[in-house]
Amino acid sequence: MSAIAALGRLRAAATGAAQPAATVRHRHLSARPLVLVPYVLAGEAFAPLAVLVGTDRDRPHLLAVPQPRDRDRRFAHAAELGRLLLPYLGAFAAETETIERRGDDPYERSLDAPQVLVPTAGGVEYLRLLGRSTRFRRTDGEFAVAEEVPLLGRWSTWLADRAGVPGSSVLLAMTDLLTQAWVTGQSALEDGDLAALLAWIDPPAGQRGDRAARAVEGGPTAGPATDPAFDERLVPLIAAFDEAVAAERAEAAGAEARTDLGPRGRDAEQAIRDALAAELMPTWDRVWRGVELLGALPAGGSVAGRWEADRASYSFFAADLADPESRPQPRVPGAVSAAAQLATRERAQARLDAEQVRDDPLLMAAVRLAGEAFRGGLIAVDAERMVAEPGKKTARPRPMLTFATDDEPLFGPGTDLACVERPDAKARVLEAEPGRVVLELRGGMGGGKAPKPGSVPEVGEVLCWTSLIAEFRRGPDWPAVEDTPWTHGGPPPEPEPEVASDPDDDALEEWS
Amino acid sequence: MTTVPTGRAAGDPAALAAAATDAVLADLGSGAHRGVVVDSPPGAGKSTLVVRAAGELAQAGERLMIVAQTNNQVDDLLVRLVQDHPALTVGRLSATGYRLPPALVGTSVLNAEKAEALDACAVVVATAAKWALVQDRRWPWAIVDEAYQMRSDALLLVARLFDRALFVGDPGQLDPFATVDTSRWHSLSYDPSQSAVVVLRRHNPDLPVHRLPVSWRLPASAAPLVSEAFYPFTPFRSGTGPGERLLHFGAAREHDAYDAAVDVAAKSGWGLLELPARFTAAADEEAVHAVATLAARLLARGGTTIGERTPDGVPLDASRIAIGVSHREQRARVESALRDLGAAEIVVDTANRLQGREFDVTVVLHPLSGRRDATEFHLETGRLCVLASRHRHACLVVARAGIPDLLDAHPTADPVHLGVPVSFPDGWEANQAVLAELARHRVALSG
Repeated sequence: MSAIAALGRLRAAATGAAQPAATVRHRHLSARPLVLVPYVLAGEAFAPLAVLVGTDRDRPHLLAVPQPRDRDRRFAHAAELGRLLLPYLGAFAAETETIERRGDDPYERSLDAPQVLVPTAGGVEYLRLLGRSTRFRRTDGEFAVAEEVPLLGRWSTWLADRAGVPGSSVLLAMTDLLTQAWVTGQSALEDGDLAALLAWIDPPAGQRGDRAARAVEGGPTAGPATDPAFDERLVPLIAAFDEAVAAERAEAAGAEARTDLGPRGRDAEQAIRDALAAELMPTWDRVWRGVELLGALPAGGSVAGRWEADRASYSFFAADLADPESRPQPRVPGAVSAAAQLATRERAQARLDAEQVRDDPLLMAAVRLAGEAFRGGLIAVDAERMVAEPGKKTARPRPMLTFATDDEPLFGPGTDLACVERPDAKARVLEAEPGRVVLELRGGMGGGKAPKPGSVPEVGEVLCWTSLIAEFRRGPDWPAVEDTPWTHGGPPPEPEPEVASDPDDDALEEWS
Repeated sequence: MTTVPTGRAAGDPAALAAAATDAVLADLGSGAHRGVVVDSPPGAGKSTLVVRAAGELAQAGERLMIVAQTNNQVDDLLVRLVQDHPALTVGRLSATGYRLPPALVGTSVLNAEKAEALDACAVVVATAAKWALVQDRRWPWAIVDEAYQMRSDALLLVARLFDRALFVGDPGQLDPFATVDTSRWHSLSYDPSQSAVVVLRRHNPDLPVHRLPVSWRLPASAAPLVSEAFYPFTPFRSGTGPGERLLHFGAAREHDAYDAAVDVAAKSGWGLLELPARFTAAADEEAVHAVATLAARLLARGGTTIGERTPDGVPLDASRIAIGVSHREQRARVESALRDLGAAEIVVDTANRLQGREFDVTVVLHPLSGRRDATEFHLETGRLCVLASRHRHACLVVARAGIPDLLDAHPTADPVHLGVPVSFPDGWEANQAVLAELARHRVALSG
């Protein structure tokens, strides 16, 4: 925790009111997000119980599984969810712009992309597991499922994968968004509870945040794990549903076997739906309240740039999905793709770290306190300075800038710095002593013999310089999959059929 | 569990070490294996082995590439190579803007940005990052140095360049790290965030693994503790016995806790300067001041070190002292404090960057000093192992009181991942072992 974050927490604890953790919003917020509040059955590895879903705060759709252990109902639920989600997820692919790339073919990038908001980090994991359990299902043969099911699986997998890329905004947990913007006086673990977190940030009128957070304790949880007290109420309802179904089957025995529910079964199902709706609705409202609060914050300057990367990823994925040859994402990545994924994420993290502090003076304050940045007034400029660097014959413009500052930067001579106010400027530290920093301007002056007009700061400018630099680095050239070296197990064998062929043994199916 | 060696076990350490090296070279020469792994504890002659193996392979007419992790490591290796094998044609592949350091100017080392320019060289040395850019070249042999500090994704980028390789490294030092959460790859045998050797051995379990059994750096006072705490299953011993390394200081003048700590360390090889318990930020001002003052005092006391190579004694000057910390901010603050004390020449660095370096006396700011919690970063065994194994004579630790209690309050609670080899030793236990030893050499500094 940075000194600024620690101070924020102390202030929040002392005053009972959440404190700002950022001055801007660091994630994209869609004009039309889709909110998804999932619940799973306790005691099962992954048995979806209910979902509250929709793009309109006033019109949530409740999907519930009255007997979550019944696999037919489970996949019927996945199909139903798919019918709701797929139109939304696919809707953004049609409108595109052409993006030119240096040294590569141009590509089509969608103008917007879907954004799914879940209450907590558990919701991201829910979508990952949903993808894992559905993307390999087949739409023909013994265990056929509706065509929406594997498609939904591939979309959920894309969303959950993308959520792991630092700075991405296609799938976000509301608790993460809120804790990026505000700090509370409670622990990080308690901040993971949406009800308590939102109570701190947005307490009822006239109430302190800490008291409001205490007041919501014991209420419905944001899921996907259920509250044990709710489980106690749910168990008899599911039992009643099972009884009703069994009774109706018995009545119908001898006549034509019926699979749909009779009036008794429908009543039992409705009781479960009512209980779930009451439990899920408070969280639904809280997520939308969070959207309102975050919408009131201005977006950081680099948010749109990162959203472009999300839009590109979306377009590539949508195009791949449309290709009849394409296959579901593999169960585990190969050696080469795992390494490429890690490299991509590390580059995204470095970019995010550098961009966020540039966008946000409060985050920059923490960096300045840690000695990795300083802000100061320019007191002297030697704009005529020319230096011939070792190994170079001609002298290049290297203006010398002297700043006065109260900050205590801890970087020594030779450190490369970037400037917040002048994004093109690049400089290197010549001297740093208490109260005074001398820099050499090295970039952003054009290629001429003299710096281009306006590129050298003038005396009196107050500038912030940091050693956190968002370098654009090209990814390395990974070997082709079939060239995986012996140190990493050699080329992988040909992929095996994804679904076991023996229909008698359910356990043989590829579930993960 | 294997038995732990004592400072002076039976057998001549020089003979033990030579036998181990010969076995490595025999395995290399046999051509029976695609790879050979050598585990080397701190100061066990890893570089000597690399230089010798390079010489033998080159003599056998095999072209050789050497992969190191940093530019400094490349330069250090080159200096050793041209010293020991002056007749060898050696190339250095380097990035634009790199210039040979003074020690290599005027030697036979050929520096180039492109591999084509070095095709005539018997040995080419470069960093892993630079090797990753080389195309259309292949070497029959490679030596991968500091292979435990290399991430497996870096090995994936260079493994296409060689047929066979010798992997050398210290398994006890800091594991490579990633800046993002890596749990999604944890159960993969080719986890890109794991070290190159771990992945190599999971895919090639039959590769011979050798161990260098003698630390020439660590004194008899340190080898048993470091071996037991950080290498519980692969014990090693010190090359020197008790009393072969001596550290003398002039008479104390201040007669304060700093002098007392210096005297304790001179006598026992270890010292703990303990500040009163307190929760602090990473850049704990009092601890930073204590670390800098202690190092400056070491210098001011005019010490002399006597060892097997220097029986007449060598003055303990600033170049023989180092300060080890965990965070860059701590380093910057200690450096600034040293400047105020007029001892700016003393090296201060983080554990990551002290890896592979050697000093006579070290002053260490304990990674857990002043912390409220024991996070994975601060508990990492490699960090403490690096900090506690850089010295030839003595190691002085500065810490806030209460670390054993902190450890007791934070037992390891990391999730266990299926299919992942258990890594030993356990950071928690290693920390306790080191603290138990340090407690015997404790000097309290009143706040």
